[in-house]
Amino acid sequence: MNQSDMVRSEHEPLVETIDVKTHFKTARGIARAVDGVSIQIRRGQSLGVVGESGSGKTVLSRSIMGLLPRNGVIREGSVRYQGQEIGNRSDKEMQSIWGREMAMIFQDPMTSLNPVMKVGKQISESLRKNLGMSSSEALAVAEKLLHDVRIPEPARRLNQYPHELSGGMRQRVMIAIAMACGPNMLFADEPTTALDVTVQAQILELLSEQKRDRNMSLLLVTHNLGVVAGYTDEIAVMYGGKVVEKAPTKTLFANTKMPYTEALLSSIPRLDQPSHSRLSTIPGRPPDIVHPPKGCRFAPRCAYVRDLCLNEEPELQQADSPDHTYRCFYPVGSPEYLERRVELTRKGELVASEGSN
Amino acid sequence: MSTTSVTPAPEDAIVRKKLGFGFWLCVIWVGLMAFIAIFAPVLPLKSPTANFINSAQGRPPYAPSWSHWFGTDKDARDVFSRSLYGARISLTVGFTAITAGFLIGGSLGVISGYYKGWIDRISSFGFIVLLSFPSLVLAILLTSLIDRNLLTVSLVLGLLSIAPVGRLARAATLQYADREFVLAARQIGATNRRIIIKEILPNVAIPMSSLALLGMAVAVVAEGGLAFLGFSVQKGITWGGLIQLGSDASKTLQDAPWIAFFPILMLFLTVLSLNFAGDRLRTFFDVKETTL
Repeated sequence: MNQSDMVRSEHEPLVETIDVKTHFKTARGIARAVDGVSIQIRRGQSLGVVGESGSGKTVLSRSIMGLLPRNGVIREGSVRYQGQEIGNRSDKEMQSIWGREMAMIFQDPMTSLNPVMKVGKQISESLRKNLGMSSSEALAVAEKLLHDVRIPEPARRLNQYPHELSGGMRQRVMIAIAMACGPNMLFADEPTTALDVTVQAQILELLSEQKRDRNMSLLLVTHNLGVVAGYTDEIAVMYGGKVVEKAPTKTLFANTKMPYTEALLSSIPRLDQPSHSRLSTIPGRPPDIVHPPKGCRFAPRCAYVRDLCLNEEPELQQADSPDHTYRCFYPVGSPEYLERRVELTRKGELVASEGSN
Repeated sequence: MSTTSVTPAPEDAIVRKKLGFGFWLCVIWVGLMAFIAIFAPVLPLKSPTANFINSAQGRPPYAPSWSHWFGTDKDARDVFSRSLYGARISLTVGFTAITAGFLIGGSLGVISGYYKGWIDRISSFGFIVLLSFPSLVLAILLTSLIDRNLLTVSLVLGLLSIAPVGRLARAATLQYADREFVLAARQIGATNRRIIIKEILPNVAIPMSSLALLGMAVAVVAEGGLAFLGFSVQKGITWGGLIQLGSDASKTLQDAPWIAFFPILMLFLTVLSLNFAGDRLRTFFDVKETTL
């Protein structure tokens, strides 16, 4: 926790989670979707949360916002917003925070807009409710918001239904809705996954532009490391409900510590690879969060696994800089890691180009 | 659905689903019946209770003629005007019953679909209990116990429609309650009440609108059945009662088929129209989610 103390002495974090656990009661047992996550986000900063499906990244962002299902959830740990504990607040108490302080945009703009409500109404709803505007005032603001998110002919769009807009346009509308009450903290839950590749960059550009203009903090949830690389200040890699590596974006890419992060990075196809070279993959499947492995959660799939990894869970370690932490006994660059790497290369299990990280 | 009048987008030009001529014909018929039901007393109709005994024609019933288009019954009362007056009670009962069913069943269904948990368990159990009674038997049972006036008969039929309406409303709500737009509304600060009214109800209303028409048809038929058996509104002219009068003795139906025929025709056309219009509405709104 000395790391968080240092951060606090400089800037108070806007949002902070301390050992947050979110468990779901299921028929099979307790699913540990988020299992002890501590992160901080400062004002104006953007944090990327990266991980495979089921790593708990979506549940983490919903836990911070308090948007969890009503039944069958066990919440532990502390969520602080501007220094105040909000983790234990009821839905009613969160009303004042939702929309005005924190907002979220979702993965699929097809299902996150109400199909039978006009776009203008959907945007102006929260303005009227949270800021007490009249309906004509709210519509005028909505038009300006649509203009801000680069929607052509905003006045006409106000009177259209979601099905009359394209996917990218709908996501822009979602962003406009989230921006409406000027939140300090925006959660973007895989905002580009459901969109066409050509539109993805535009939406991310728009998000980071809005973040800059409004001095807003952004938590960007994604499974795509390429997405977070250009648009975040810091990255937290999640695996099996835990943060396994966290570092400023540049450090993470330049000085990867966790073999899982390395494996994620090397599974991105690269332009400098020879054509038809096989993409490297991570063998196996994400861990069962109802019965997680005993030791390191990544151990069963890790190429550098040793006995210790299978029996003991690694604590959060600090790397060269204080803001870089990871959970691994034998991180990238350690003697054990290098020894195993030589073996693997000899057996031909590693593609040569992979080592250039 | 769209009301845009500004230059339609290209996709608007592609085949728009239409309700069709038949739908509007049905709407016109039901509208006409409703109009007659409301304004019967001020329309230039013969009195439905007067006896038009015509000594030249001998004993009533009289066959359809220029003066009595649908003929008269055994008491020489005008079948045409009685059939039209019959729409009053039949349609009122049908409408009130389904409205009551929608108000109670619909809100129970939406609430239990939205909140789930114990509320859902209790109301779903209630629906099952209601559904496991044979409905006509229950209706007869209840109407035989009470003072049968317009309101009570309507409410009995409304009670019977609670369960089917409620189950559909619950199913439709379940479908929408977990959608992300509901979560999206929550996270911009909407309260549960606001979400139910503004986000869920407009979506649930679409499948429910066709059920309203179909349900009204069922209620009109049920009222006819009750009236035929003598368990509907005690004093008053209803289609079921008219049909019963026209078929009470074995000879009546053979000698004067018009007495029963015309109320049957009215009842049939009305129920057919309601069913057809409801069905068309259902297919019209049956939009595959992929096109949304």
